[in-house]
Amino acid sequence: MTERSEGIEDAAPVVTPPDEGGLMTERSEGIEDAAPVVTPPDEGGLMTERSEGTSEPPLLSIENLVVDFATDDGVVHAVDGVSLAVRAGEIVAVVGESGSGKSVTAMSVLGLVRTPPGVIREGRILLRGEDLRAASGERLREIRGGEIAMIFQDPMTALNPVMTVGRQIAEALRLHDHDLGADDARSRVVTLLRKVGVPEAERRYGQYPHEFSGGMRQRAMIAMAIANDPDLLIADEPTTALDVTIQAQVLELLRTAQRDTGAATILITHDLGVVAELADRVIVMYAGRIVEEADVRSLFARPRHPYTAGLLSSVPRADLDGDLVSIPGSPPNMIDPPGGCAFHPRCPMARERCRTDRPEPYDLGDGRRSACHYADELDEGLALYAAGEEAG
Amino acid sequence: MGAYIIRRLLINVLVFFLITVVIFWLVHKAPGDPIAMMVPPDQLNAGSAAFIAAKRHELGLDQPLVVQYWHWLTGALHGDFGYSLVNGRSVTSLLGERFGPTIELMGTGLLLSLVIAFPLGIVAALRRNTRVDYAATVVSLGSVSIPAFFIALIAIYVFTVKFPILPSSGISDPSAPSLVDSLQHLILPAVILGFANSGPYMRYVRSSMITELGADYVRTAEAKGATRRRVVVRHTLRNSLIPVLTYIAANLPQQLAGAVVIEQVFAWPGMGQLAVSSVGRHDYSVIIGFALIIAVLVLISSLLADVLYTLVDPRVRLN
Repeated sequence: MTERSEGIEDAAPVVTPPDEGGLMTERSEGIEDAAPVVTPPDEGGLMTERSEGTSEPPLLSIENLVVDFATDDGVVHAVDGVSLAVRAGEIVAVVGESGSGKSVTAMSVLGLVRTPPGVIREGRILLRGEDLRAASGERLREIRGGEIAMIFQDPMTALNPVMTVGRQIAEALRLHDHDLGADDARSRVVTLLRKVGVPEAERRYGQYPHEFSGGMRQRAMIAMAIANDPDLLIADEPTTALDVTIQAQVLELLRTAQRDTGAATILITHDLGVVAELADRVIVMYAGRIVEEADVRSLFARPRHPYTAGLLSSVPRADLDGDLVSIPGSPPNMIDPPGGCAFHPRCPMARERCRTDRPEPYDLGDGRRSACHYADELDEGLALYAAGEEAG
Repeated sequence: MGAYIIRRLLINVLVFFLITVVIFWLVHKAPGDPIAMMVPPDQLNAGSAAFIAAKRHELGLDQPLVVQYWHWLTGALHGDFGYSLVNGRSVTSLLGERFGPTIELMGTGLLLSLVIAFPLGIVAALRRNTRVDYAATVVSLGSVSIPAFFIALIAIYVFTVKFPILPSSGISDPSAPSLVDSLQHLILPAVILGFANSGPYMRYVRSSMITELGADYVRTAEAKGATRRRVVVRHTLRNSLIPVLTYIAANLPQQLAGAVVIEQVFAWPGMGQLAVSSVGRHDYSVIIGFALIIAVLVLISSLLADVLYTLVDPRVRLN
C-alpha cells in the first residue's frame, strides 16, 4: 500500500496523477469565476445533498436513474439505479468499460436517448432542482446547447458533412438567440473558432467538416459546445477518436474552455490518463451501476472497489515496475447480468455473499462511495490480483 | 469540374457513335421489310414483287448495310436523320413535334412522383413502424405492382365515363384550346405516370432518411437545441438527397419508358406513340431516331447524376 501511493505521488509520464496544489486552486478559481451565487463546496462532503449547511441544490443531480434498451435478444438494463451529483464548476469523470452505461447516463440528462429502443424507466434528473424529465419540449431545447452542452466522441461523424462548420456553430448560437443576425453570428463564430485554436478562422468558417483534420473538428465541436456559455458541459469520450498526439492538445483545450466558461463538466471516458489529467472527482461505473466514487487523488491512491483497482493496475505506468495486470474474464452480459454484485465473476476477492447480495453504493466518509461489500478489506484483496495473474 | 464534364462529353460522343452502329445494324437486320409491309399480303404476286424490288432500289435498301450506314451517318452529321418510309416526312420534324408533348408529360409526371414520394417517404421514416409507415408502404407497393395502364383504365372509367369531368384522350381539344383545357388533358396521364414512378422513389427517400436520422450529426443538432422539424429540414434532408437524387437522375430513361405506355392509353401525341407505330411498320429511320434520343437521354442522365452528386455532397469532387 505504501509503495503504491508513493509511486503515484511521483507522477507518471503515462498516467499523471493530479498534484494537490494545482487541483485545489483550479477548482476554487473556476467556481468563483463561474457561479458566485453557489456556495463553494465544503471540503468534506462531495455530494451536496449530503453536506450539511448548504441549502443550494447541486447544479445537476441524477437520482436513481434506470434506462432500459429493448434489443432482439431481450431487455438491456443499460443504466440501473444511478445516482450522482455535479456541483457548479467541478469536473466529474465518469469511468467505465464500453457498455457500462456511462454514455447512456449522459445522454439521459439531455433526453437524447433514442426511444425506441431506449426508455428511461425511472429516476429524476434535476438541473438546479428543475426536473428535466418533466420539462416541456420547448424548455428542454432551451437547455440543450444553452445551459447544458455536449461534446461527442467522434468528430468525424458528429458534424453534418454537407453543412459548413461555421454555419453549424452559428446554428448553435442562433437557436438560443433568435434576434442574432447572420453577420453577428458569423463574427461570433469566427471569434469562437479563434478561441479554440482554429487557425485562419475566417477561411475555416466556410469549410466543410471533411476539410478539417480530426483534431480541428473536435476543436470546432468544443467551440459549438461553449458557444452559449453553458453551465454544464458533457464531454462523451472527447479524445477517444483522436490521434494520440492530438489528444493532449484537445485535453488542454478542454481544460481552458472549462476554466474560461466556468462550466461544470461531466467527462465520460475509459481513459484513466484523461481522468488524472482533468478530473476533480471520479465516478466508476460497471454494468450500469456506480461501483465507486471518490475525489481523483484518493481514487488513484487507494481504490475502494476491486473493479477500480483492476482498472488502475491494467494501465501502463512508468512509475511502477512489473507487468500489466488485466482484469480476468469479460464484461458482463447486460441482458442477463450476474446476480448479486455484477462484478463477482471477475473479482479476485469474491465470496459467497457477493453472488447473492447486490451491494448498493454506500458512504465511506470523505465523500467517497463504494459498492463493494468488502471495501474495507480491499488493500489485502488487491494482492490477489497479482497472485491470480501469476497463477493463471 | 468543367474539365471533367468536357471529358465525359467526349467519351459520350464515342459511346454515342458506337450506339448508332449497333442500332443501325439491329434495326435493319430485324425480320420484316418495310416495303413488303406496304403491300397487302393477299395481293402479293409477281407484279408486286417487282414493285417492291424497284422501291427498295429507289430507297437504297438493296445496297450493302455498310454503304447504307455510311449514307445515314454522313446525313446525320449534317443534321439529316433520314425520312419516314411511311409518309416521307423528315425524322427530325416528326420526332421534333412529338418531343415537346412527351417532355411535358414526362416532366409533369416526374414532378408529381417526387411530390408524392418525398412527403410520404419522410413521414414514413419519421413514423417508422407505425400505421402511417405501413400505409405509405402499401401505397408504394401499389404503385410498383399495379401496372400503369390498368390504373389508367380504371381512372378513365371513373373520371370520364362515370363522372365525366376529365377528358380521356389527346393533349387538347382542337375546337376550344385553352390553358385550362390543356391542364385538364394533362391531369390523368401525368398523375398516373407520377404515381406509377413514385413507389421506388418513396422507398429510397424512406430508407435514406432512416439512415440519416440515425446519424451522429442528428444527435449533435438535437444537443444544440434544434427542433425535430429543423433537424429534418436543415440536416437530414440534404444528406438523404444524396443517394435519392442519383437514383432519380439515373432513372430518367425509365420515366420515358413509362411515358410511352401512358401515351398509348391516353392517345397522347408524344414520341412513344410514334415509336410504337413506327416499329410496327419497320419505319427504319424513325425507329433509329427514337432509339438515339433514348441513348442521348441515358448518357445525359448518368452525367447529370454525377454532377448533381457534387452539388449536394461537398465531399465529392469529380476528377
